[in-house]
Amino acid sequence: MAMLEVKNLEVYYGVICALKGISFEVNQGEIVTLIGANGAGKTTTMQSVVGLIPKRGGSITFDGRDITKTPCHKIVHLGMTQVPEGRRIFQELTVYENLLMGAYSIKDKSGFKNDLDAIYTRFPRLHERKNQIAGTLSGGEQQMLAMGRAIMSHPKLLMLDEPSMGLSPLLVDQVFEIIKDINRDGTTVLLVEQNAGKSLAISDRAYVLENGSIVLSGTGAELAASEMVKKAYLGG
Amino acid sequence: MELFLSTLINGLSLGGIYAMIALGYTMVYGIAKMLNFAHGDIIMVGGYIIYVFMALNNPLLAIFMAVVGCVLLGILIEKVAYKPLRGASPLAVLITAIGVSYLLQSLAQIIFGSANKMVTVYDFGSVTILGVPMQVSALVTLGVTVVVMAALTLFIKYTRLGRAMIAVSEDKGAAQLMGINVNGIITITFAIGSALAALAGLFYLLKAPSISSTLGAMPGIKAFTAAVIGGIGSIPGAMLGGILLGMVECISYKITAIAPYTDAIEFSILIIILLVRPTGFLGKKRREKV
Ligand SMILES: Nc1ncnc2c1ncn2[C@@H]1O[C@H](COP(=O)(O)OP(=O)(O)O)[C@@H](O)[C@H]1O
Ligand SMILES: [Mg+2]
Repeated sequence: MAMLEVKNLEVYYGVICALKGISFEVNQGEIVTLIGANGAGKTTTMQSVVGLIPKRGGSITFDGRDITKTPCHKIVHLGMTQVPEGRRIFQELTVYENLLMGAYSIKDKSGFKNDLDAIYTRFPRLHERKNQIAGTLSGGEQQMLAMGRAIMSHPKLLMLDEPSMGLSPLLVDQVFEIIKDINRDGTTVLLVEQNAGKSLAISDRAYVLENGSIVLSGTGAELAASEMVKKAYLGG
Repeated sequence: MELFLSTLINGLSLGGIYAMIALGYTMVYGIAKMLNFAHGDIIMVGGYIIYVFMALNNPLLAIFMAVVGCVLLGILIEKVAYKPLRGASPLAVLITAIGVSYLLQSLAQIIFGSANKMVTVYDFGSVTILGVPMQVSALVTLGVTVVVMAALTLFIKYTRLGRAMIAVSEDKGAAQLMGINVNGIITITFAIGSALAALAGLFYLLKAPSISSTLGAMPGIKAFTAAVIGGIGSIPGAMLGGILLGMVECISYKITAIAPYTDAIEFSILIIILLVRPTGFLGKKRREKV
């Protein structure tokens, strides 16, 4: 059975239908990507799955448990978290305090020191700046912090909403490397990207979202080779 | 010298009271993004609870009951009146808060009548410091408010719960993604604000041993002014604004020519500061997110 199973998910903003009943799944150990243009409904999908915005219809199962009506903070305690669009780190807290917030859902504090060291090893910049107010970090550093903060909660499923947005090409490559790394360490990944080329290259499977519907799905390689994807998302 | 010292102590002590109340406004604003206009009336409820329990002649018990009673009332008001309006327009929430304020005042009048009740919680008497006679109650008030504010600051900065409060005030969505129960944090915020209001009620009774259903109205507005001057949503801002307003009020009362206009002077300061610095001294602009 899939780790995350989304069935006929419908989301409305007032009378506007943002998701028209989409279904997809993520299996243990996979990297799955949703690609789609601006306004396709990617963020809406991510936020409704994690319980931040209410759903009109459909069902969501995570780890064999129905989480359709579960509030966000409880879903996080079940082992799913998200690096949200725009990073949304806590600007007024220090880098260290942000990471501390990331571990908020971990009851057993004995592993905290080790987890923190692991983050500092993976992101040396965060170690250098651990006592700096997070709002003063550069965009790339903020993205690293957002990822580090999410990892601190030991997610089984990590969702990332456009982690490469607004970053320099060099940093974009670095972010994709880190995602591959995190996945190799055993974390299942659900990724949302407009950068279709790079994300399909690291994905086991992918879905194409258009106007609130899934119009295509397949392995990363299949989609990267598809004429429709090439035309619409890979610049010809 | 005598005038200076007594004005200083009285100003700081009154400022401390305003700061305690302003903290309730500012914390609730920072976390629930609403103006709880019924906050001032919690002071009055605290005062009446003290009045009722002083029948047993045990000040500590009365104070304890006032704090517990106000905390429960604050939580109840949030659950019954404000929680159902989460996501509603700010105007609807504001009108509800004003309604709750009138409800509390009217209930107090129905229960205790419209005449002032007299209650002496404890007579600390006065002492002479550096040749200046001073009310000990003002010193006690000052001491307690300083301790409470320091404790609150440490609590916010260094405990898991305190940091969760900062996280919620900054970004509710991101806070939920950390596994923080935002509704729980809002409840705790109302509880803390109400406990501080109960203490403010005690300090008013120490200043003047008389209570009516409108006891909290003016202090509520003054403390709200203090919170806005300091920067609504900012905890150090509420402390700064409270102390500043208390000092201004005491100094103004000492100057015969302007004493009658003290309230007007205080609100004018608010207007001037808002014109020069719309976010108050320590406030910052905030962006809203899902
Ligand atoms: N808070 C909102 N209120 C109303 N409409 C919204 C809101 N957020 C998103 N939308 C609309 O829903 C659609 C999907 O948006 P979104 O999920 O953010 O797309 P994406 O992340 O793929 O760019 C868009 O048409 C957008 O305008
Ligand atoms: Mg988006």
